[in-house]
Amino acid sequence: MNTVFYIAAAVALISTMMVITRLNAIHALLYLIVSLLAVAVIFFTLGAVFAAALEVIIYAGAIMVLFVFVVMLLNLGPSATAQESQWLSPRAWIGPAILALVLVGELAFIIARGSLRAPAAGAVEPKQVGVALYGPYLLGVELASLLLLAGMVGAYHLGREWSVEVERQGDKGTRGQGEGQTGK
Amino acid sequence: MMASVPTEYGLLLAGTLFALGLIGVLVRRNIVFILMSLEIMLNATGLAFVTAGARWAQADGQVMYLFILSMAAAEVAVGLALVLKLQRQFKTLDADAASRMHG
Repeated sequence: MNTVFYIAAAVALISTMMVITRLNAIHALLYLIVSLLAVAVIFFTLGAVFAAALEVIIYAGAIMVLFVFVVMLLNLGPSATAQESQWLSPRAWIGPAILALVLVGELAFIIARGSLRAPAAGAVEPKQVGVALYGPYLLGVELASLLLLAGMVGAYHLGREWSVEVERQGDKGTRGQGEGQTGK
Repeated sequence: MMASVPTEYGLLLAGTLFALGLIGVLVRRNIVFILMSLEIMLNATGLAFVTAGARWAQADGQVMYLFILSMAAAEVAVGLALVLKLQRQFKTLDADAASRMHG
């Protein structure tokens, strides 16, 4: 298990270094996803299976998809098609693909050894986490939900103002219509 | 029973990842890259918490990781909305473009 940890740590460090040195946002995002997956493997070797699953589902899944959406949104324009074909060149995928293959190899190694079921030394089961979460940390959970609500309202507010500006600049001639839209 | 990973190495990795993220925040001027580096730093903090939780076999580390995760989600949502506004207003992603406040 120690070897798995060291290899995953090396993958995480290499891909993180690639993230902060890339010039292209999409290439950096590919490396960032690999880095997060490597950290998920590290969580697994530490015995934190619940954190590992959340890392893959929420960080590498939801948050990175948000990043990809915004990076794609920022580049709407006539040159977008040319830019995208340049972004998705096969050469850009080689580095992240190799690092991800290393992680897949580690996964296959763990499954082949049959150590998927055996708990690590300091393993913390998801059940323990749930009991702690809804026992002593109940107030923290409520505060986190409040924070998420505030984040959602804030993002909605900022994004909405942006779309209203677009609307106003878009149809200055039909002012009455625009006013009716914004007044809603 | 498999041999457990030494706590020092986990914390060392977390510290190195945090330093890399900090370098990214300080060096890059594209605001999307700054947000990505912030994500790296938050992730490294979570790694430190989970490592410490595994050291004492307590659930508290993973609970703190969950809170960091929800905070990162809220931060990314607001941050990316601000990126869209910055792009809209200044037609650039350079963070220095918005260095001056005009009330």
